[in-house]
Amino acid sequence: MKIAVCIKRVPDMDVRFKIGPDNTSLDEVGLKFDLNDFDAWAVEAALQLKEKNPGSEVTAISLGPDSVQETIRKALSMGVDRGIHLKADKVPFDGYSIARALSEELKAGAYDLILFGKISPDSSNGVVGPMTAELLGLPCVTAISSLSIEGGKGTAKRELEGAQEIVDFPLPAVLTVDEGLNTARYPSLKGIMAAKKKPLDVKAAALPAPQISVRKLELPAERKAGRIVGEGAAAVPELIKLLQTEAKVL
Amino acid sequence: MANIFAFVESRGSELRKVGLEATTAARLLADASGGGEVHALVIGPPGIAAKADQIGQHGADVVIVVEHAGLGNYNPEVATATAVERVKAGGYRAAVFSTSAQGRDLSPRVAARLGVSIVTDVLSFEVEGEAIVVRHPLNIGKVIATLAISGTPAVIAMRPNVISPARNAKAGRVETAQPAIDPASARVVVRETRQGSGGKLDLAEAPVVIAGGRGLKAAENFKLVEDLATAFGNAAVGATRAVTDDGWRPHSDQIGQTGRLVSPELYIAVGISGAVQHLAGMRISKTIVAVNKDKDAPIFKLADYGIVGDVFEIIPALTEAVREAKKQH
Repeated sequence: MKIAVCIKRVPDMDVRFKIGPDNTSLDEVGLKFDLNDFDAWAVEAALQLKEKNPGSEVTAISLGPDSVQETIRKALSMGVDRGIHLKADKVPFDGYSIARALSEELKAGAYDLILFGKISPDSSNGVVGPMTAELLGLPCVTAISSLSIEGGKGTAKRELEGAQEIVDFPLPAVLTVDEGLNTARYPSLKGIMAAKKKPLDVKAAALPAPQISVRKLELPAERKAGRIVGEGAAAVPELIKLLQTEAKVL
Repeated sequence: MANIFAFVESRGSELRKVGLEATTAARLLADASGGGEVHALVIGPPGIAAKADQIGQHGADVVIVVEHAGLGNYNPEVATATAVERVKAGGYRAAVFSTSAQGRDLSPRVAARLGVSIVTDVLSFEVEGEAIVVRHPLNIGKVIATLAISGTPAVIAMRPNVISPARNAKAGRVETAQPAIDPASARVVVRETRQGSGGKLDLAEAPVVIAGGRGLKAAENFKLVEDLATAFGNAAVGATRAVTDDGWRPHSDQIGQTGRLVSPELYIAVGISGAVQHLAGMRISKTIVAVNKDKDAPIFKLADYGIVGDVFEIIPALTEAVREAKKQH
């Protein structure tokens, strides 16, 4: 099998973010970056398929500035065979633009399977996978939490609100990966050494002009100071009254 | 003046609340851009046409009904092709979808085929001349972006619960249509939709969320939280990362991780002190109530109403009081 995994370098979310002086970008000073968790699960899924299907090749593709090469190297150290860096000054918010650039690269690759994480925590838009599938004209299943592939066909499970869908699809296909599909492996020392010698091609990203512009970024508004209604169960009647008459939610 | 398209989400032959929210959002957009019409598309098995009145009452001037025996389950390729065909024919200023599991699957496909971009998880919108300007959470809700969409149609997917589906007396004109492609020709086939046990409400969509933290002391004590949720009747149960990491609750219950932002009408934090991650995941809730034994817990800084004390004493009393209050309605 020929498998491509599209990956993104994202900041660690466990911090208090600061807005940059232009008000339209984040202040990146002090932020730690790593491979998006959902993309790591997509890489893991690709590697497990490669282990089951000897002779398979897995390619990791990432779009962005030179710093994304570090993220590609991480995927290589997990066991991915080769990397492609689609070079761009920055990653635009516009998912359609990104999907166009990725599909330009992917269409020549004759991949049996193209994997994405279902969403990245930074832009939190979750659209690049299905958009890329449409641009390539390929079948697509999003947010899968289980997967089996046999004889050119696959079956996946999707989590819905309070329900699940069981979905059949033919290859080649585009899949986006949700939490629960697998647990991503850590790179081994041997893997890290091997990654240094694996091929990493650098190409210019063919990004069309974005249709979405960032007007401003801001931290969420502070909430109005609340109040302590009281102590213990004795405060419950007062709380009920406030929920009924003031907040009007009961 | 511009017409607006809405996609009304359904599951089987039932409409989903997010579908009515999308219809009302389209109504607000049409009114804000000079009072055009709202054309709402609903796709489903025979019988779904019976829901057309309800869609009209939520703001649609025209309800386009596509019924087919092969559409008992969501069919992504039929839904995409049919929505694309209607949007192209209608020349709309904007197309409104929902940020649900189905909407996250469908709306980017439709936008890509139309050759335009999309913003999902939209918190609010405004019409500014040629642009539609929306607010969208970044970095799991720790940053809010204001984005201007210049493409036409502007494709947006509304975050659940940010629009109250408004009813008016109007019933929309009903048009029936055929699926744009034969359902039997679809490559991707949803073979089965398995309903979860007891019709559990989803965290992102429930009007009330009751979340439990370490203060509950043990997995079995989540029963208190579940009982309170049952008393409300329209509540989902959530948890903090500490609790899901300990295996007391499944990871899907965690609030504050990627894609797990909640914005209910009412959020009740039970035994939660308020780690930064968790606060980011719930701070856009409309009303926040916190019950915690530590009066200095960070959660009280965010809460509209707080009760200090023992959750094992307070939550059963609150459950009883909510049950009583609901009875009187």
